[in-house]
Amino acid sequence: MNPTAPILKVDGIRVHYGVIPALAEVSFEILPGQIVALIGANGAGKTTILRSISNLVPLSSGQIHFLGEPISGLPTHQIARRGISHVPEGRGIFLNLSVEENLDLGAWAAPNARSYREDLETVYELFPRLAERRKQNAGTLSGGEQQMLALGRAWMSQPRLLLLDEPSLGLAPQMIERIFELIQELNRRGVTLLLVEQNALQALQIAHEAIVLETGKIVMKGDARALSKTDEVRRAYLGGYL
Amino acid sequence: MIELVQHLINGLSMGSIYALIALGYTLVFGILQLINFAHGDIYMVGAFAGFYAIRFFGFAEHPSWLALGVTLLFAMLGSGCLGWCIERLAYRPLRRSPRINALITAVGVSLLLEFSGQLIFGADPKFFPQILIFDGGWSFGELKLNPLQILIFLISIALMLALDWLIFRTRMGRAMRATSFNPECAALMGIPTDQVISLTFVLGSALAGAAGVLVGLAYPKIDPLMGVLPGLKAFVAAVLGGIGNVRGAVAGAMILGLSEEFLVGYGAPTFRDALAFGLLIIILLFKPTGLFGIKRAEKV
Repeated sequence: MNPTAPILKVDGIRVHYGVIPALAEVSFEILPGQIVALIGANGAGKTTILRSISNLVPLSSGQIHFLGEPISGLPTHQIARRGISHVPEGRGIFLNLSVEENLDLGAWAAPNARSYREDLETVYELFPRLAERRKQNAGTLSGGEQQMLALGRAWMSQPRLLLLDEPSLGLAPQMIERIFELIQELNRRGVTLLLVEQNALQALQIAHEAIVLETGKIVMKGDARALSKTDEVRRAYLGGYL
Repeated sequence: MIELVQHLINGLSMGSIYALIALGYTLVFGILQLINFAHGDIYMVGAFAGFYAIRFFGFAEHPSWLALGVTLLFAMLGSGCLGWCIERLAYRPLRRSPRINALITAVGVSLLLEFSGQLIFGADPKFFPQILIFDGGWSFGELKLNPLQILIFLISIALMLALDWLIFRTRMGRAMRATSFNPECAALMGIPTDQVISLTFVLGSALAGAAGVLVGLAYPKIDPLMGVLPGLKAFVAAVLGGIGNVRGAVAGAMILGLSEEFLVGYGAPTFRDALAFGLLIIILLFKPTGLFGIKRAEKV
């Protein structure tokens, strides 16, 4: 495949909740190997974009292509099997299952079942805390450990594209730092990321590209570093500093 | 003492029948938060599927272990298919509508099965042929055991162990538990949740079908309304154990079977059917989550 062809192409998508429009004509592309940050205020439609990629909300119009093929309208589990891993808001850990069972479930969507052992070893190497707690019920983990489990579980599915919804939500500053390092580590290992964050400052620091969303529309997009220097972004999302 | 042991065995045998039915309620509730009120009627259809299999193969003339195995298999296949169809045709189209719609539909499916049963099988009770012959009972001193009751207990336990293994030890079972915890996240894992839900209905229904045959062996009269009371009682058993909890359902069913048997054995046989519903009221008043249920926070 052409290395500069977009891995994900979102083309003029609209989403409505009842009669209320949530997304209006949103279009963007993600190139392989990048971290793209999706920032914006509460209710701007960030989560809705992720949910429409996984077809958890239906599109009113528009098209989504992944690796050159249309995926809009496919059932959620098939989209996952094509290589899009989605860590939803609140992490989506199965709290009634053990840590290892959660990781096992991640492997449902993995295209290559043979590297299961190897993937599991990588996860335990990246997240030693999970190895210590492998037999433990996931409900006993701390918030940060649950986020690590969500990332590890995503890794088990051998994703091409990882959608992360608010990975820093509810975590202590130190843990947020650690999670962002791990996100970059996954990126170095070849995973493309679309990252939704309230924490715009940190998101813009690790992202290559950024998309700024306001009430269901893209108001700015481009190089993350350049965007973080513009006055609008600094005032609205970075509290004036940086 | 002898009498006590006798009642204990009767109670466990009846309890294991309730358990097989209760598992279906609890499995379906665990995954869809739906009380499948048609479940007792699926048990009835299982009994009839077994009945017609016996007739078709002429097992009544040649009783054998093989006959029992084949009859159980056909009953489980028949009720399993029925469960699959009910989910596919009645409940799946309502997946995204309010829960009360599915509940009312469940009552409708139940009535449909009961009265189609009367139309197709006839309303008169049918004699369930004996496909196993035991020479008298087994006696241990003064204790006389009915081999059929032991058999019912053992077959039920084997089926329940198989189910437990499937749910807690296999990949598919993991997918079932994940879907029951959060269907949306399960789909994000690549789990085909519609298939998992279908499988859950098939498993629950097949167990009820097996219960239908086992009851036919011990109490050899079957009719299209035979599922109503055991269905309700098994539902009570599932609530008693904490609905949605697989092992809890078995425990609840055993408690119900034993208490009924002791009530009948020690003086108040006329209150037998009142017991289950009395228990239901008491649980709902004092421990609505059941004995082994955990309170799960409502998802927002």
